[in-house]
Formats: sequence, structure tokens, C-alpha cells
Amino acid sequence: MSATATHHKESVRVDYLNVAHSIKSWLVTEDHKRIGILYLVTISLMFLVGGIFALLIRLELVTPAGDLVMSDTYNKMFTMHGVIMIFFFLIPSIPAVLGNFCLPLMIGARDVAFPRLNLASWYIFTLGALFGVASLVMGGVDTGWTFYTPYSSSFSHTPVIMAVTGAFIAGFGSIFTGLNFIVTIHKMRAPGLTWFRLPLFVWGHYATSLIMILGTPVVAITLLLVAVERGLRIGIFDPALGGDPVLFQHLFWFYSHPAVYIMILPGMGVVSELIATFSRKRIFGYEFVAFSSLAIAILSFVVWGHHMFVSGQSMYLSMVFSVLTTLVAIPSAVKIFNWAVTMHKGHVKLDSPMLYALAFMGLFTIGGLTGLFLSAMAVDIHLHDTYFVVAHFHYVMVGGAIVAFLGGLHYWWPKMTGRMYPEPWAKLSALVIFIGFNLTFFPQFILGYLGMPRRYHTYPDEWQVLNVLSSAGATILAAGFTLVAVYLIWSLKNGAKAPANPWDATGLEWQTPSPPPPTNFTHRPVVTEEAYNYPIVLAKNGEGEHQEEEKRTHEHA
Amino acid sequence: MSTHETDLPVGHQFEDAEQQLDAYSAGMWLFLVTEVLFFGGLFLAYIIYRTRYTEAFVAAHHELDWRLGGLNTLVLITSSLTMALAVRAAVIDRWKQVIGWMACTFVLAGCFMVVKYFEYSAKFEHHLFPGPNFQFHHPGIDSGEAQMFFNLYFAMTGLHGAHVLIGMITMIILAIRLYVMRNQRVDFIPVELAGLYWHFVDLVWIFLFPLFYLVGGN
Repeated sequence: MSATATHHKESVRVDYLNVAHSIKSWLVTEDHKRIGILYLVTISLMFLVGGIFALLIRLELVTPAGDLVMSDTYNKMFTMHGVIMIFFFLIPSIPAVLGNFCLPLMIGARDVAFPRLNLASWYIFTLGALFGVASLVMGGVDTGWTFYTPYSSSFSHTPVIMAVTGAFIAGFGSIFTGLNFIVTIHKMRAPGLTWFRLPLFVWGHYATSLIMILGTPVVAITLLLVAVERGLRIGIFDPALGGDPVLFQHLFWFYSHPAVYIMILPGMGVVSELIATFSRKRIFGYEFVAFSSLAIAILSFVVWGHHMFVSGQSMYLSMVFSVLTTLVAIPSAVKIFNWAVTMHKGHVKLDSPMLYALAFMGLFTIGGLTGLFLSAMAVDIHLHDTYFVVAHFHYVMVGGAIVAFLGGLHYWWPKMTGRMYPEPWAKLSALVIFIGFNLTFFPQFILGYLGMPRRYHTYPDEWQVLNVLSSAGATILAAGFTLVAVYLIWSLKNGAKAPANPWDATGLEWQTPSPPPPTNFTHRPVVTEEAYNYPIVLAKNGEGEHQEEEKRTHEHA
Repeated sequence: MSTHETDLPVGHQFEDAEQQLDAYSAGMWLFLVTEVLFFGGLFLAYIIYRTRYTEAFVAAHHELDWRLGGLNTLVLITSSLTMALAVRAAVIDRWKQVIGWMACTFVLAGCFMVVKYFEYSAKFEHHLFPGPNFQFHHPGIDSGEAQMFFNLYFAMTGLHGAHVLIGMITMIILAIRLYVMRNQRVDFIPVELAGLYWHFVDLVWIFLFPLFYLVGGN
């Protein structure tokens, strides 16, 4: 890869941050790096709002009686927590922040294919988020984040139209981001950057973008139909108007199950980068890891029925969905095993991003394996709508997606801001988050197995100990997240200046200064080797004790 | 499409005009894929309810006038032709012709919407619209099942009509842009993308027409 090491002239260098300072220059920017930062600000605010609801929920559940809020208020709290976290935080988190920032850099492009559309995506997303917040200000929605009819049509007197409009609008932001990424990956790669030389982060985002453009329109029309059912009485889903509420569930999960992979696939892409960098090795079975992302994307579209095992769906249909769901375990396991083998005999360094990657591997494995329990129909009858399900998807969504997001944020923070964060604090908070997370959600597996249903704010006395443990964990988890926010913001002014390549990583994004110049590269990079070509570095440093690796290096040269 | 494409201004993110053209067409085709899935949810609902309420759907569809639907089909197909001619004119750099053909397309789209307006008004006069005031009296047919036909009719043709309106607005914007930039080589990429969109809108109607106006075949 062509070296453009100009970081010794850094004091006078123009970068994407200091090129203009006015607020207007940010609001009309078409630079993918600045748009990534805009997204980071928006989703962080939404994460704060969604997190406050999570804490209120856990506070209510400290005691078996419903003594903090009324049942109706509790319904609104878990609904707003889910709506905000899923539609306005998790779905855009890694793609719109890290993907936007890194993807053009990684493929050696000056920007995404459609920079103005990229900015429009942010405005559309922010408008959707404002609708979400407006529904909150108007008193909150009580339907559950899934907007199931008839909870959302005949039986709700809350601003449902406002909330579904918010999710509908934000969905278009996500469609346009996915469209932009696919065209960018197809058409904008640097000379020599063939498909099998792409970083796995890019493969992960390609698979994610496919789901975004194929799934999101379906949930968009579904939410639109809920809105017109409430507003114009066009009763596609209302039995009283001749409709069928189960059709809503089919259409909703046709998107919303793939949407789960919109949240986890980019995270897997991040973890691939982290494992390779901090093990100083090529990802074992690169092609398998790349194709497993596509396999997950394709399988994600044929498993939605596992949400409806108890919704009156045909038993034979459920059997098919059960088998197909089990198949998702294969590409997921391919990733986990290949990461583990990559670390084997690697020079593993436990920097804070790597701690998050390791946490991801453990927590995602638990989240994935408990998913297998739920894909088995007979077991699901017992566990359906219990805290077991809540724990399962939080292990995937928080233990997987958010942990990967934090790992990626730490990894690329020096590139994004030009500053290093304080490593000891980063390690400490990674540990706090890991402990807090497990304490919050592991007891919920047991609660669910014992039969505690989700979405109730009262429960029998014998479950109090486990609930108190969970609430205590939530406090620790919140402290961990707060700590991260504090030292990252602190580092913006006080962190040490970051070099171009603080991790000594391969990848085009590390070949350009930190923070990158407005057009990313001074010269268009030409790629001559595969991603993660670490053995060359080993050989150069005189550490080439691995005969085989050296041999492989010579073959490449 | 290779004629004079090198004369077009190239965005800073692209290496050359060819990459730019490739990217824009790929983007538009992907957008149309999302549109197919957007309408797909409604088509699925249609399939399910038509299978479930076949008799009611056949009875209800007699309330629609297939002659008006057929007229609108002809109008839209013709507008696809004029749009294709506009794209052709843009590629060979004749800005006046582009505006002329897009004006024809615009007028035809307007005709479509006027016919649709008269059809919708007739339905409202006969209480054949979603909501509690729906009235449909036909021996042996459940009025709720018949209402589902009209629910879908209004939802699907309404969404299609919204797409026609968006297409008309796009044509106005493009015509103004062409006039303002009349001294330069015609930037045919936006015209071509609008053309793709317009053919898609036409194609949706080609499906909607038989599904609503020609149910049952007798």
C-alpha cells in the first residue's frame, strides 16, 4: 500500500476538522467524515434518552410491587426505551457513524458515491428522531416497540401516528445510507483493491446495506399502513374492518428480524478488524468470514416466522422456520471460531479496543446460543415473551452490537479526532461495562426460565433477589457508559496528539494522517496486497520466528 | 450512453465521467429495488385478501369502470414513450426537445390524475371508501369483505398516485434546471434517472390495472 506518511508536518496541515469551524460548515457539509460525526452526536443523545428509560424500568423492578409508576406509565417506559434504542440508536449506530467515517477511507475513495444524499440521510434520520422525541413529549406511546396491531390501532390512545412516522422517516435515512454504501463499495474502490482484498469491515457493511435496502421498505409500508389505519380507517390489519392482525406481524418481522442483523453484522465487521490488528495476524479463513456475512444477510430474510410460534401460525410453517433459524448458527459460529483461531499463536495485545472485541466474542456466543434455545419450538413455548427472551436479545444487542460499537469507537477515535484517549481509564471502563452488563442480564435468563413474563411491572416476591441483582448491574453499566463519555469528551481537548497509525495496523485508513485531510488522501492509493498482511511487519521487525508465516510472506512478495 | 459523457462536469468524489454515470445508474436501480419492496407489502396483502375473499373481490370490482382504468393505462404507457424520447433528446444534447417531451409527459401524467380524480369522486359518492360509512349491498356478499377491496384499492392506487405526483414535480424541477443551464451540454444523467423512475411508476400501474379492474375474468 502506498505510504503517504506526512505526519511530521502536522502542525500546519489542513484536516477535515480544522478546514472550517462555523456551525453552518457542519450543517451543510458533504464530507462523509463530518457526517459520521454528526450522526455520532445525534445517536449519543438518543442513547442517553433511551438509557434513562432503561434505568427507570430497572428502578421500578427493584421491588415486586408496582410502586414507582402506574401500569400505563410502565408500558410507555418500555415502549419508548425500545423504540428509541432500536430505531434511533442501534440501527444507525455502527453503519452511520463508523461506516460513514471509515468505509470511504478503507477503500481509498475521496468520499461516498453520493455525498449530498449522505447528508440528506442524516437530516432525514434526525427528523425521524425528532418525531420520536415529539411522541415522547406528547405523553409517550404504550404499544411496545413492535407496534403490534391491534395494540397500536384500536387499543391505544397515545400518539402512535407520531412514533410510527418517526420510525418511517428514519427508515428512509437508513435506506439511503445502505444504497450509498452498496454503490460506493461497487464503484469507488481504489485501483488494485479487489473484492478479496477488502477489509472484513467493508464486507460486513456490504451485507448490512443489502438488508437495509431490501428490508426497510417493507417495514416502511407496514408502519404507513398502521398510520392510515388509525388516521383514515383503512383497516388492512383490523379484524373489525376485515383485516388480519397476524399479517402485520408477518410484514413487521420480515424487516425487523433482518434488522437485528443490521445491528450485529457491522459489529462483526468491527470485531474482525480489531482481532486482526491486535493479534497481528491475517484473519483465519478470510473468505469464509466474508461470505458468512452474506450468508447471515440472506438467511435473515427467511427466519421471521420464529417470532410467531405462538401467534396461530401453521405448525408446519413453524417447523420450517425453526430449522431455518437454527441454520443462522452456522455462519455465526464460523466467525467466532475463525476469530479464535486467528488469535491462536498471534501476538495478542490487550489494548482497550481488543478488550471490547474479546467481550464481544464471549457475550455474543452466549446471546447466539440462547437464540438456539428459542429457535426450538417446544422450548420457545415455555420461554416466549419471558425475560429469557429479553436477556437473549440484550446479550446480542448490548453485549454484541454496543460492545462492538464501543470497541470500534475506541479503535478509530484517534483517526476521527486526532487525539488519544487515556488508555487506563478505557481499560477500566471496559471492565466496568463487562461486569455491569453481565450482572444486569444474566439474572434475567434465570428469571425468564422461572417464568417471569416481560412487560409487567409487578412480580411475585420470590424473584426479587434476581431483579435487585439486575437493577444493581444496570447502575454499574450506566456508570461504565458515563465514564466512557466523560474521558472521550475530555480527550478532545486534553488527549495526546494521535499519530497516523497508533495501532501499527494495516488498512488504508491508517495510511493517511490523523485526522485525515478533507479529501482523505493526498494521492490516490494503489493497493497491491491483501488486507491484514501482518506477517510482513513481523519479518521486518526481525520477529519472524514463524517459519511458515515467513514462507507465506515470500510467496506474496 | 457513451456520447459526449466526457463533457459533463464530474463530482469531486469521482475519478471520471464514466465512473460517475455508472454510480448514478447503479444507485437509481437500487432505489427502484427498494420501491419494489415498498409496494411489495401491499401486493402481499392484496394476494392474501383476494385469496381469502375471492367472491367479494369479484363483486366489488364491478364498481370500478374498466374503461376508465384502460384509458389511464393507455395514457401512462404513452407517457413512458414521451419520457423515453426526452431521455434520447438529452443524450444527443437538445435541451429544447428535452423540455418539450417532458412537457408532453407532464400533461399525460396530469390527464392520469384527472381521470383518477373523477374515479375517486364517484367512489366517495357511492360510499365506497374506507371508514364507518361504507355501504355495499350485494346479495350473498359480506360488506366488510368488499370493503377490504376498496381499502386496498385506495391504499395501492393512492400510493401510486403519490408517486405520479412526485414524478411530475421532478419534471418541473428538471425543466427549470435545463433552462437555467441551457448554455452548457445537457446533463443527461438526471433526465435518464427520472426516466427510469417514470417507467417504474408506469410498470406499477400495469400491475394495478388488472388486479383491480379485471378481477375474475367474466
